[in-house]
Amino acid sequence: MSPNVFAGKELVEIMKLKVWEGNKKRALRDLFEIDGEPKSAPRAITLRISGDLRKVRMIGANMTDGKIIVKGNVGMRIGEKMSGGEILVEGNVDSWAGCMMTGGRLEVKGSAGDYLGASYRGSRKGMSGGEIVVHGNVGNEAGCFMRGGVIKIFGNSGGFLGVHMSGGEIVVKGNCNEYPGAGMLDGKIVICGLVSSIVPTFTIEDIKETVKVNGEKITGPFYRFIGDIADHGHGRLYISKNRNLHLKSYERYL
Amino acid sequence: MNLLIKNGLVYDPINGVEGEEMDIAVKNGKIVEKVNERRAKVIDASGMIVMPGGIDIHAHIAGSEVNAGRLLRPEDHFIDFEAKTEVTRSGVGRSVPSTFITGYRYARMGYTMICNPSMPPLEARHTHEELDDTPIVDKATYPLLGDWWFVLEYLEKGLIRECAAHVAWMISATKGYAIKLVNPGGVEAWGFGRNVEDLDDPVPNFGVTPREIIRGLCKVNKMLNMPHTIHVHTNRLGQPGNFTTTLETMETVSDMADERPVIHITHCQFSAFKGDDWSTLRSGAEEISKYVNSHSHVTLDMGQVVFTDTTTMTADGPWQYTLYEISGNKWINHDVETETGSGILPFRYRRKSYVHAVMWSIALELALLIKDPWKIYLTTDHPNGAPFTTYPRIISWLMSQKARERMLEKINRKARKRSLLQGIDREYTFGEIAIITRAGQAKALGLRSKGHLGIGADADIAIYNIDSRTVDPSRDYRKVRRAFKNAAYTIKSGRIVARNGVIVESIFGRTLWVDAVSSLDDETATKVSKDIEKRFREYWTIELENYIIPERYLRFPIRIQPRRRSEK
Repeated sequence: MSPNVFAGKELVEIMKLKVWEGNKKRALRDLFEIDGEPKSAPRAITLRISGDLRKVRMIGANMTDGKIIVKGNVGMRIGEKMSGGEILVEGNVDSWAGCMMTGGRLEVKGSAGDYLGASYRGSRKGMSGGEIVVHGNVGNEAGCFMRGGVIKIFGNSGGFLGVHMSGGEIVVKGNCNEYPGAGMLDGKIVICGLVSSIVPTFTIEDIKETVKVNGEKITGPFYRFIGDIADHGHGRLYISKNRNLHLKSYERYL
Repeated sequence: MNLLIKNGLVYDPINGVEGEEMDIAVKNGKIVEKVNERRAKVIDASGMIVMPGGIDIHAHIAGSEVNAGRLLRPEDHFIDFEAKTEVTRSGVGRSVPSTFITGYRYARMGYTMICNPSMPPLEARHTHEELDDTPIVDKATYPLLGDWWFVLEYLEKGLIRECAAHVAWMISATKGYAIKLVNPGGVEAWGFGRNVEDLDDPVPNFGVTPREIIRGLCKVNKMLNMPHTIHVHTNRLGQPGNFTTTLETMETVSDMADERPVIHITHCQFSAFKGDDWSTLRSGAEEISKYVNSHSHVTLDMGQVVFTDTTTMTADGPWQYTLYEISGNKWINHDVETETGSGILPFRYRRKSYVHAVMWSIALELALLIKDPWKIYLTTDHPNGAPFTTYPRIISWLMSQKARERMLEKINRKARKRSLLQGIDREYTFGEIAIITRAGQAKALGLRSKGHLGIGADADIAIYNIDSRTVDPSRDYRKVRRAFKNAAYTIKSGRIVARNGVIVESIFGRTLWVDAVSSLDDETATKVSKDIEKRFREYWTIELENYIIPERYLRFPIRIQPRRRSEK
């Protein structure tokens, strides 16, 4: 389901579109009530989807333009490989949301599962552009192998945030579980809350009062770490000084 | 089922047939003089070329390292999968396909026999299980013996007879086909974080040098009268300046030559680097081809690189470490107990990379500069240089200077300037393609009933929809590529298995193995097996009884007994 698929199709055609349910092919109208006015260009389309969508996967995958508004909780791989347009979810999303995306915007009012904006398993091509905003919490390995774009998390993050990332920016307003930025080569991670622990292969560089993410100024102060030096990386890890007293011992290396 | 292939343009180099219009008759899986036309299924092959089934002398298609490669590359399977059909099973694959897909894809290209090199003896059971699961094609596999402690010890003490007996026992026990050496001595040294520098650098903890290992095993190979020569992945593979080591490796066994070749240098492209480091890398193809042109004891295979994303895997741990340092990619490093090691790493060959472009050029230069096509065979060292599915492209490069030039335009500028390809106008004929893709390999492997279409040969036949009388491969190289990509018919053991790229019947091929023990006298055989029993408990994690693979374990085994030969 995406504006690109629906564009230029009559309503009857859209109703007859085939989707997989388990290992069987079903018509879209067997699963959804469909109504609306057909449009020829994806840009003109706003898709409103509601219901129990927890098992519905790949909504808005590969979309290039248009808008999707989802009411309810959504299954895995929403916005996979999207390159443009906008997806707004008024609920939670499951794992792999926005994975491999190259552009566009994905906003989640609830929480997200694991591998937000990540690469496919084993691949090194994570999210490379666009913006993901999550108002709730996210699971583990958000931004895994990320190359570009921005991820903004207002809640807390699981472990291994931005693991292997080589570009782009991640900001977490809440707390973060262990090892953010493990194996990172480049890019920027900002954590405003408590971090349970960081990888020992990060070195402290200095203390910054403010940091800029996607043009927005965030006030600190922040410890700035560089790493992951085990992988010859020079990623920047900003961690709130006031919220992380257990990292104070790093200050003696300054 | 009887078959009659009518009016095809037959290319059968072993029997000296080059593009003649002939009928081929098949009965009970063998090629026969004639069949009753009314009782046979007739295939109209007019305007098509008919060749023996393709043979791949070196492709990693099964075993623990291949399987580890599959586990390492889910993203490779994500972009390429096949659903099941009424005949075939589903599977995934690009650079490391699943066993079923491997069989189907080879069959679609008209290949009917694949040799799986580098099987760690300890993993032989696993390898054979996977080979058994690879449909359609016939299989053979080479155990790794160049870094084998027993071999090193026997050679250190100069006990060549015992060494031969031990190797014979190993090949029979693991149901292997030939002796494979990978960076002889170097893989053992890698177990201690080192490598060997050249042929005369002694292996740590053993008093032998790579030269002694190569010579020793070459002698053993002759004593056992094995059908194939020793199959050598040279020392210093993948290091700039290694072409001298390769030349030395070939030269060191030249005194053992008789009427047959005695050494096969595999994926020679990786061993033909000139220069001091990566930035001064040059092609050593000229020197190597010069040597090969003037000597008859060597055969090679290409190890062509194609610009694509692939997975490299080899027993050569140190080389994989180098690749890891270059690419920073995920990798697996593995030590197989006392036997050997391995490394696996995904790799992308890029057109704009100087080094990769030079490597692409070297393999083609070797194939074009070596005058006798019986001495060099088409491989990509699948999946190290590229997946085997790229063979049709390579064939088009060999057959058309224009196709090569088109690629040359796209590669790294410095590499293009230095490439020898611009001065080479040789273009392979269909007959020569038949040699480097089947006949030559059959000859090198000592396969009497394969690689040709004479009476009594196995009815493994490939028919390609291209008319060699009207098509000019030099200009219409795209047609060539298309024709070799999907054979019009692939016939295996007298059954039509693939038709225009669609598998129509899935059967299981056979596994060829050499019962080398049969060429020993009983006394030596007993002595050696006592030796092994004694040491086995100390060094291996499994019992000797579980180590030996009984013949009944293989789905369709074919035992080959080398003739006993009096020792000189």
